[in-house]
Amino acid sequence: MSTVIQSRKACTVNPLKMSQPIGGALAFMGIADCMPMLHGSQGCTAFGLVLFQRHFNEGIPMQTTAMSEVATVMGGLDNIGIAILSIQQRTKPAIIGICSTGVTETKGDDVDGYLKNFRATHPELDQLALVYVSTPDFKDAFQDGWAKAVESMVKGLAEPSSARREGSVNFLVGSHLTAADIEELREISESFGLEATILPDISGSMDGHIPDDFTPNTLGGTSVDAIRRMGEAELTIALGEQMRPAAEALMTKTGQPYVLFDRITGIEATDQLLDCLSQLSGQPVPGKYRRQRSQLIDAMLDSHFFFGGKKIAIGAEPDLLWNIGSWFNEMGAIITAAVTTTHSPLLEQMPCEEVLIGDLEDLEARSAGCDLLITHSHGRQAAARLDIAFLRMGLPIFDQLGASHRLSLGYRGARDLTFEIGNLLMAQEEENRPDSWPLPMEDHDAHAPFAFG
Amino acid sequence: MLQNKIQDVFNEPGCSKNQSKSDKERKKGCTKALQPGGAAGGCAFDGAKIALQPITDVAHLVHGPIACEGNSWDNRGSKSSGSQLYRTSFTTDINELDVVYGGEKHLFKSIKEVIDKYDPPAVFVYQTCVPAMIGDDIEAVCKAASQKFAKPVIPVNSPGFVGAKNLGNKLAGEALLDYVIGTEEPEYSTPYDINIIGEYNLSGELWQVKPLLDHLGIRVTCCISGDAKYHDVAQSHRARANMMVCSKSMINIARKMEERYQIPFFEGSFYGISDTTESLREITRLLIQQGAPAELHDRTEALIAREEARAWQRIAEYTHRLRGKRVLLFTGGVKSWSVVSALQEGGMEVVGTSVKKSTKEDKEKIKEIMGQDAHMIDDLTPREMYKMFQEARADVLLSGGRSQFAALKNKMPWVDINQERHHAYNGYEGMVNLVKQIDLALYNPMWTLLRKPAPWDMREART
Repeated sequence: MSTVIQSRKACTVNPLKMSQPIGGALAFMGIADCMPMLHGSQGCTAFGLVLFQRHFNEGIPMQTTAMSEVATVMGGLDNIGIAILSIQQRTKPAIIGICSTGVTETKGDDVDGYLKNFRATHPELDQLALVYVSTPDFKDAFQDGWAKAVESMVKGLAEPSSARREGSVNFLVGSHLTAADIEELREISESFGLEATILPDISGSMDGHIPDDFTPNTLGGTSVDAIRRMGEAELTIALGEQMRPAAEALMTKTGQPYVLFDRITGIEATDQLLDCLSQLSGQPVPGKYRRQRSQLIDAMLDSHFFFGGKKIAIGAEPDLLWNIGSWFNEMGAIITAAVTTTHSPLLEQMPCEEVLIGDLEDLEARSAGCDLLITHSHGRQAAARLDIAFLRMGLPIFDQLGASHRLSLGYRGARDLTFEIGNLLMAQEEENRPDSWPLPMEDHDAHAPFAFG
Repeated sequence: MLQNKIQDVFNEPGCSKNQSKSDKERKKGCTKALQPGGAAGGCAFDGAKIALQPITDVAHLVHGPIACEGNSWDNRGSKSSGSQLYRTSFTTDINELDVVYGGEKHLFKSIKEVIDKYDPPAVFVYQTCVPAMIGDDIEAVCKAASQKFAKPVIPVNSPGFVGAKNLGNKLAGEALLDYVIGTEEPEYSTPYDINIIGEYNLSGELWQVKPLLDHLGIRVTCCISGDAKYHDVAQSHRARANMMVCSKSMINIARKMEERYQIPFFEGSFYGISDTTESLREITRLLIQQGAPAELHDRTEALIAREEARAWQRIAEYTHRLRGKRVLLFTGGVKSWSVVSALQEGGMEVVGTSVKKSTKEDKEKIKEIMGQDAHMIDDLTPREMYKMFQEARADVLLSGGRSQFAALKNKMPWVDINQERHHAYNGYEGMVNLVKQIDLALYNPMWTLLRKPAPWDMREART
C-alpha cells in the first residue's frame, strides 16, 4: 500500500507526462486504414508526429485541422469539415479518428453536434467512419487519451449483437503494450484455437514492416468491421486498468461479459491469462507454454540473487508503473521511488511507500543511491548525472532501436526481461576491496590503533 | 501588440522575396494559408523554440499545457561546449483551473522556482496558444519578474496558432532584439569580431567551421543561437560584422542590427565548398572594410587555397565509386543548391532538387549550377516520392526525417541532411563527410540481400 501525493511545484521540470491527444492519436494508429487527426493548431500534430516517428522509426499518419488564431477565436468547427473532406479526397481512409486539443477545448467547440450535422449534409461519406474523442491537453495524460479514444471507438462503432461466435475473444489493450506484446498475445490466443480481435492493434501498423505499396493511412491494425462485430465475441479480456471504462462501455452496449487483468508481466499474471483462455476455449494449455513457464521459473532462480534488496526508481504512466513495479516487487527488489503522470486506482496499491504524481526532476531527486532507474528516454540526462544504471521503458524511446519489439508479456516476455535486467543489476555489483568494511568511527576514537614498536 | 509585431516581421525590407510582393500580398505574410487536413509543419511556437533553445545557459520556460513542451523536449541535436541547462525542460503545465482563472500567477511562481533552483543568467518565457487565448499577459509577468528577481526574464511571444515555424523564427529574433541584444557591454572588443546569425550548431557543425576562423584570428563573439551564452548575445552588438546563415529565418536580426548598431551583414552559407569559401572571403572583406588590417585578406586566401585543395582531394577519392549515381535532393532553402556542386564533384548526378522553401535567388542559383533544365520540384507528395524510388529513378535520397521512408521502405538508401541528423555537414570538413556518408549508404552490402526475394517467392514466380 502506498500514499499517493501530488507534486506541489508551480513549474514542471523535465516532464514525464505527455499530453492526452497524442495518446488518443496512437490508439487510432492501431486501427486499419485510419487517419488520426488532432483538432488544434498544426504544431499540436507536428510535435506528436516527430515524437512517434523517433520512437517507432516509421512514417506516422497524423493530420491536423490547422487552427489559425482567427479560426480558434471565432470557432473552428468548419475546419473539421474541411479537413475531413480534404483527407477523404486525398487518402480515402476507412476511418478518421479526431482528438481535440487544449486550443479547441478552451473555446469549447461542440464537435459531437457538428459531426452530426456534417453527417446529415454529407450522405456520400456514409462509408467513412468518424470517431471523435475529447482530449484537452490541460487535463490528464497520455494514457488517459489512449483509454478515452478506445472507449469512444467502442461506443461509436461496436454494434449490439445477440449472436455469439464460438471461439471468438476480444482484447482491449492499454497503451503500455508494445507491438511485440500484442503479437505475443495473438499467438498465445491462437494456440488455444481462439480467434482474437485486439483493440487497438498497433502490432499490425507500428511494428516496422515493409508494406507492399504506399499508403498515407495506417499500414494495418484492427479493422473497422472487426470493431463493429466485437459484440459477437464470447468474452472480452481487458489488459490494463485504463481499459476498464472501454470494457464497461462494450458490456453496456453488447451485454458481453468482461474480465480485466491489470498486469501482463510475471508468472502469476501469465498463469491467470492462460488459465482464462484455457477455460474459455476448453483446450489444455499447450506444451510449449508449459515449457516456457518452466524456463521462466529457471530464469527467476538464476537471477534472483541480483534482484534481492536492489533499490529501483521508476517513472512511468500508472499501468506501466503497476505492471513493472509489481514484478520487481515479486523478484525481491525494493521500489524506492515511484513517479507517475496521472491518477489511477492502482496507485494506492503499489508495493512501495509513496507514489508521486510529478515529473522527472522529482524522480531524479528520489533516485540518488538507487541501483536502477527506469523511465522513458527523457530519463537519460538524470541517469547520466546520477551515474546509475538506466533502463528505458515506456514511450518515447528515441535513443535506442527496436522499442516496439521489446516483449514483456507472457512467460517468454518475463523470462527475457528477467535476464536483461538481471544482467544490468549484475553489472552494478561492486567488487569487494580492502576498505570495504571499515570499523565504525567511534571505535577508532575510543581505542587508539595498536602501533608496532 | 503581437499583430503589430507580426506585420512588422512580414514587412521585412531585407527580404527580397518580400519586397517583390504587392502591399496586399505582403500583409498576408510569408507563409501560405494552412490547409486543414493537409498541413504538416510545425507551428510558430516550435519555430521560436528552435531558434532560441540553442542558447545554452538560460532556462527555457514554456507557458502552456503539457503538450507544447512535454511532447517535444530534448528532441533537437543542438550541441553545447559548456552549460547543459538548455536541455533541462521547464513548463508551467497549466491545468483546468488555470484555464478558468488565468495562468499569470502560476507563471510568475514558476519563474521564481526556476531562478531559486537553477539560478540561470536569464529566463526565456515562451507563450503558447491556450494562455494566449485566455489573455495571460506574459510581457507583463516577465516585466514584474525581472524587477522582482533582478534578472532578465525575456518574453517570447509566439503562440503556435499565429503561423508556421518560419514566422516563429522571426518572432524569436524580435524577442532578442527587443530584450537582449545591446543590453550589456563587452569587456573588450577586437577588429576581428563577428556574429554568426541563424546557425544552430546541430550535431556540433559550428565546430567544423570555427577552427578555420580561429586559424585566421577571427573571433566569433556570438553565434545566434548555436552554442551561445546569454551574455554573449547581450553583448553581440559590438561585433564588427554579421554573417547570416540558414536562408532568411533570422534576417530581421541581421538587418536591425545593421540599422541600430551599424554592423554590416552578408548572407552566406557553410554548406558546400564554394559557399564556405565565399563566406570566408565575405567575412574577411567586411572586417577589413570595418577597419581590420588588410593582411587578413592574404591569410584568408592562403587558408582557402589549402583547405579547398585538401577537401577536393579527399572527395576525389570517392569519385570512382560515386560516378553516375543519381541523387534526389529533398530539402529546402540554401541546401537546395549549396551542396549540389560537391555532389557533382563527387561524380554524382542530381536528378531533382526541391524548391518548396527556396527563394527566387535560390532558384536562380540552381539553374546556374545545374543548367537551365535543372529538375526543380515544387512539391512532391509522399506517394509520388515513394513511386520514384519504387521505380528506381534515383539511387539515394538526401532529405529530412519525414521523407526517409519513401526511400527506406523501397530498400533504397537515405542520408539525413536535416535538423535531427547525427552527422555534421558544415564547411570543407562537412562536405567531405557528406560524400563519405553517401558512399557508406550506397555501398552497404546489406542492400543486395534485402532486394533479393525469398527463395519461395522466386520459385513461385517461375511457375
